[in-house]
Amino acid sequence: MTAMTGEAFPGPDADVGASCGADSVVQCDDLSVRYGRNWALRDVTTTFRKGAVGLLGPNGAGKSTLIKTLLGFVTPDKGRLRVLGFDVSRSPLEIRSRIGYMPETDSHIPGMNAVSFVAYCGELAGLPPADAMQRAHEVLYYVGLGEARYRNLETYSTGMKQRIKLAQAIVHDPDLLFLDEPTNGMDPKGRDEMLVLIRDLAHNKNVNLILSSHLLPDVEYTCDHVVVVDKGVIAASGPIQALKGTRGRVYELRIKGDQAQFIEVLRREGLDCHDTDEDVIRVFVPTPLDDPAPPLPPAQSGAHGSALGPDSGARQLFQLAARERVQVRHLRPSVPTLEDVFARAVGEA
Amino acid sequence: MPIHDQGYRRYGGERAPLGRAWQVIARAGIRSIVSKRAFIALMLFAWAPFLVRAVQMYASANFQQAAFLAPKGETFRQFLDQQGVFVFFVTIWVGAGLIANDRRANALHLYLSKPLTSAEYIAGKMAILFLFLVFVTWAPAMGLLLVQAIFAGSFTFIRNNAYLLPAITLFSLAQVLLAATSMLALSSLSRSSRFVGVMYAGLMFFTAALFQALRGITGTSRFAWLSPGDSLEQVGDAIFRLQPRYDLAPSIAAIAVFVIIAGSVVILARRVKGVEIVT
Repeated sequence: MTAMTGEAFPGPDADVGASCGADSVVQCDDLSVRYGRNWALRDVTTTFRKGAVGLLGPNGAGKSTLIKTLLGFVTPDKGRLRVLGFDVSRSPLEIRSRIGYMPETDSHIPGMNAVSFVAYCGELAGLPPADAMQRAHEVLYYVGLGEARYRNLETYSTGMKQRIKLAQAIVHDPDLLFLDEPTNGMDPKGRDEMLVLIRDLAHNKNVNLILSSHLLPDVEYTCDHVVVVDKGVIAASGPIQALKGTRGRVYELRIKGDQAQFIEVLRREGLDCHDTDEDVIRVFVPTPLDDPAPPLPPAQSGAHGSALGPDSGARQLFQLAARERVQVRHLRPSVPTLEDVFARAVGEA
Repeated sequence: MPIHDQGYRRYGGERAPLGRAWQVIARAGIRSIVSKRAFIALMLFAWAPFLVRAVQMYASANFQQAAFLAPKGETFRQFLDQQGVFVFFVTIWVGAGLIANDRRANALHLYLSKPLTSAEYIAGKMAILFLFLVFVTWAPAMGLLLVQAIFAGSFTFIRNNAYLLPAITLFSLAQVLLAATSMLALSSLSRSSRFVGVMYAGLMFFTAALFQALRGITGTSRFAWLSPGDSLEQVGDAIFRLQPRYDLAPSIAAIAVFVIIAGSVVILARRVKGVEIVT
């Protein structure tokens, strides 16, 4: 294979350096998108760094709109967007030649088998037919569809369709990959395999990716950074570890009594908390500024609560429970998870 | 964790310049259609009138008794009229699913996430239909001109009827463009190729029936502009320097044809998008 031709792909805009840093792949400046009278995105200013970035948010938060705007499918009402240094409004084709997109919905080109489909997508992205066919075989093996590559796409299961969507997105070796809910409809084993593939792409194959998902464990497993969108605005962004390591402690709490009412009390006291499926309340207690004790590292603050001594957070929770005449059945420090970050960011109960 | 093959490699090879993706779409579409034997049979059948006319030309050139079969300028007009039937069937066969099937499979945003514009996508799809329609209109008509010259052993006929070359080209182009754009526009409006086929046939028959009904009621054929097929006939008569068959100015008929083509292009431009926004 010969080197990439220079003329076909002009370089990024000259003023990119100023507005799109060397360690970022996407730069949004004051971006607003409106559908009719509803603002899907409002004054969004953020940066997606190189590597794997999770785009989190509840349903209807604006994640898919943001991806579709980055792809040029939706024209923003206001603001500027740069992808890989190119202005989306001025160089959409240059951008699309360097990105891969795995849509959320079930999508294929009818009447084709897997290898024809993926090779066709490669050709559409500019690969010569022979190279496209060769890479189609390679990526189909890579995503685990090697044995099924001559089957018609209409006969594929949901999990296989997710894999084929990933294959068509990476066949032309994109510099940036947009993955919109990549594990939707997959069984647990298939989901795990898909996440391993995504993680491998990001961490071993040096493909930058933006993973839009509402499944927090997926994002936590595959991504290093996260951007949380809620109601069309950026609720939080940054490295996952840094966001999780906010100064404070997370406790798991189980009570006897009216759980919903106690959550309200905790919130009135300024504590972030949310209940889980197992009747456990997760409470984030910020460390007071005058508290000399630094936050515990995850290795020590994990499920092994016995290693911990009493602290001010636990005391505060016990005092609140006593005041409200609520019996505490279980209290232990926990590891801050992305779920806590998400809950804090979007204020979700 | 079982990953079947970790052999993903970065690609350092050549990439085609932007603006060529429509050729990829056209090539794939043509390959897919010619792989169907029934369609090949239809295309061969569409050349049957060519064979009949060629035999006529051979007979008129070689046998005095068959001199009455000698071609005139009108012969080519009639030939293209006959081919209208095949234009209709080929348009439905090839065109009905061109965009409708992509819409059914949510393929539009796959296409438009690649480095191609919606205009390139439409051009690629149009090229597929255009090629097959040209193959049943312009190509056999031009073939007939050539056959005539070969059997007659001279270019006298072509020299004396030099207008036939542009007339055949222009009328075939009008036939092909009208059929291709209107069919693609209809195809972009639905997710079902069957429904599109029925819509196209219904549109053609209904407008023709409406025109004939008005003609019967009013006793005049000035409403021919209501029917795309009849408008095209009127334009064809003017192009081939024949007496127009309807009481309608050819310019009005040409405008009607143009409006349908332009309207179809506008519909296509509005419908072929990477995302449908419902507000």
